[in-house]
Amino acid sequence: MQTKEATKKGFDFKAMLGKLGPLLALIVLIILVTVLSPGFMAPANLLNLLRQVSINAVIAFGMTFVILTGGIDLSVGSILALSGAVTASMIANGVSPAIALLGGMLLGAVFGLLNGILIAYGKAAPFIATLATMTIFRGATYVFTNGNPITGAKINDSFLFQFMGRGYLFGIPFPIIIMAVVYVILFVLLHKTAFGRKTYALGGNETAAYIAGVKTKLVTMIIYTISGLMASIAGIILTSRLSSAQPDAGTSYEMDAIAAVVLGGTSLAGGKGRIFGTLIGALIIGTLNNGMNLLGISSFYQQIVKGVVILIAVLLDRKK
Amino acid sequence: MRIEMKGISKAFGQNRVLEGVNFTVNSGEVHALMGENGAGKSTLMNIFTGLYAKDGGTITIDGQEAHFSGPLDAEQHGISFIHQEMNNFLEMPVVDNMFLNKELHTKLGTLDDKKMRAQATHYLQELGADIDVTQPIGTLSVGRQQMIEIAKSLMTDAKIIIMDEPTAALTETEIKNLFDVVNRLKAKGVGFIYISHRMEEIFEIADKVTVMRDGVSVAEYDTKDVSMKQLVKDMVGREIGDFYPERHPEFGPVALKAEHLSEKGVFEDVSFSVREGEILAFSGLMGAGRTEIMRAIFGIDHLDSGTVEIDGKPVHIHTPADAIKAQIGFATENRKDEGLFLNDSLHDNIVLPSINGFVKHGLVDDKATNQFVEMLMKRLTVKAMGPDVTAGSLSGGNQQKVVLAKWVGSGAKVLILDEPTRGVDVGAKREIYDLMNELTARHVAIIMISSDLPEVLGMSDRIAVVYEGHITGIVPTEGATQESIMTLATGGNTNAN
Repeated sequence: MQTKEATKKGFDFKAMLGKLGPLLALIVLIILVTVLSPGFMAPANLLNLLRQVSINAVIAFGMTFVILTGGIDLSVGSILALSGAVTASMIANGVSPAIALLGGMLLGAVFGLLNGILIAYGKAAPFIATLATMTIFRGATYVFTNGNPITGAKINDSFLFQFMGRGYLFGIPFPIIIMAVVYVILFVLLHKTAFGRKTYALGGNETAAYIAGVKTKLVTMIIYTISGLMASIAGIILTSRLSSAQPDAGTSYEMDAIAAVVLGGTSLAGGKGRIFGTLIGALIIGTLNNGMNLLGISSFYQQIVKGVVILIAVLLDRKK
Repeated sequence: MRIEMKGISKAFGQNRVLEGVNFTVNSGEVHALMGENGAGKSTLMNIFTGLYAKDGGTITIDGQEAHFSGPLDAEQHGISFIHQEMNNFLEMPVVDNMFLNKELHTKLGTLDDKKMRAQATHYLQELGADIDVTQPIGTLSVGRQQMIEIAKSLMTDAKIIIMDEPTAALTETEIKNLFDVVNRLKAKGVGFIYISHRMEEIFEIADKVTVMRDGVSVAEYDTKDVSMKQLVKDMVGREIGDFYPERHPEFGPVALKAEHLSEKGVFEDVSFSVREGEILAFSGLMGAGRTEIMRAIFGIDHLDSGTVEIDGKPVHIHTPADAIKAQIGFATENRKDEGLFLNDSLHDNIVLPSINGFVKHGLVDDKATNQFVEMLMKRLTVKAMGPDVTAGSLSGGNQQKVVLAKWVGSGAKVLILDEPTRGVDVGAKREIYDLMNELTARHVAIIMISSDLPEVLGMSDRIAVVYEGHITGIVPTEGATQESIMTLATGGNTNAN
């Protein structure tokens, strides 16, 4: 009897560790960085950290849906660059900033939809389809910008556009507020709506989902559309922060987003994971970057450390 | 060589699949292992060859306790398992398949193709099979692939060969050929464990037969001393008569009417109807097209022609979502691949087809879904710790009940059940039958595909028999016999009734 009870307790503990693992890792990391570099806990630094995290987090929230279906979206970095460039160019050419922002977001959604169509109807493997569109969208960005950054007085003078990346609301940088709003909306979508249930079902067993009446193609297309839309929102934040659209903006951002999702405990095989985990995953990456910068660790070593952390997380996940 | 398994027991989670099973096989004999689906035959063999660890019992070889760490280890001890699904690499040449992981090398360390080809050809010729070993294995018939499997076993110097349903996909000639080879090898001292459902084969090829039921070995006989009737009784465990609940059907109007349905190369000109409160069984051999007809009706596959009416009104079904809207439910044959989300909770599994009905102001009403699931689990007597456990943790019978629960919950008026009791233990079977009766009493129309003839005869009101994509007859269950159904199922005279 006693042994039975013991194993049962061990079981619960394990399950809890699985759920709270990423959060625990983040807490340990924060304690470690605080001890090594007391300046970390300064409010200004924390806000700065969150602002740095916001771009990756917004992309990763969208990526969470994609990965939950067992897919992947490699094109987010390129969508970010292209929609950012188009938005900036519209403003530079005198289009009303509000319309330019909506236009950029619409463009990102359309690019995402295109990925979704290729995957749902073209039956292309998500990796290959988005690898191809990643290259296409990046190429299109270079064509569109002629390889030069897009800048201009109108960009610098637009309050609305500048506010996206540089503004403050109640003393909080606006990108953080965008991240929070996006998080709440997507959290509700994933965990409180029928669409969310269908997302999990699609990733858990596509055939069974189809037979249960889930319109799997429609769900797939919507999910890639969300991912594209999130990339364009990130693109707007980034372009606004830099006050210019860089043709090579967002290069390899897809990797940071995937890393955040995986660090958050979402299974690449699909069907298992939570958007809260992704938020934690993004914060882990952000804390690592910020902490190592504070400690003056060279960016060369930073990459190695980040890679090792991801490896450890994945290996621990296997153990469960 | 004598292999003795004694008191073998095994449980997966809370599901006990083997309890004190005894089984012995000697060189130079064919020992058949019979039992219904889910009786534990495959599990026993997987324990024997080291794929699963046993919870209790002993395995001895010539009196010495043996313990195989895995299939490779078993193979090195002269035990070879020919699975029903042969795991061949269809694009690879025969010889490469045969020598996979056992490649021969020249002194230089490169592959010795010449020698491997010669050896492969040699072993195959010994079985009387004249096969060009350089052609891709996928181009050969299943019967020939089986010969290659046996040759592979002989290459590893197998003393005991386990064959799981070896004749399931063979033609008459191939079966005869296979039995010749088995007899020849038997004379040379090779022992066989022969798993099969086919009675005639058992009496033709086996020296001994052991019957398993519900994870227990119930009897062992010399084949010459036992009757077919006795074996059936042992397998089923009781007289078939009282195994099925009585049906008192009250038929309403026609619920589903299918006319002239065709899908090119799969089935042709299929017409039938099923009334409210009726159970229409679909009988026939494996691959006759029964499941395919239902998949097309449900919108998983696509009809080339024909019409489907529900309640007298024509419906156009292109996807399962359309079918569900037309109040059709489909509990598929393959629970694990098509019916369930094994890693998801029972709650999420059961609620999915009905999810759109639980949306309030855009959000899922969790309170309502919880009540809904609780009600269904109670009504279908799903035995589980609660609605939050994963579907994968349940036994076959309870998994099937979960699948049924989700379709009952979806409000289906026409319910298609494909092999509803396959892999389900006897107790749960009876509960599923009772549930079918309860559903028809509430005017649900049921279409039941079943390969289990006693089940077809025991649980239906009419029987549609399918043979090679055609319905060869629709007969009332009353008055039908196993023989009359089998005659239709094998393309025999349709004027029998």
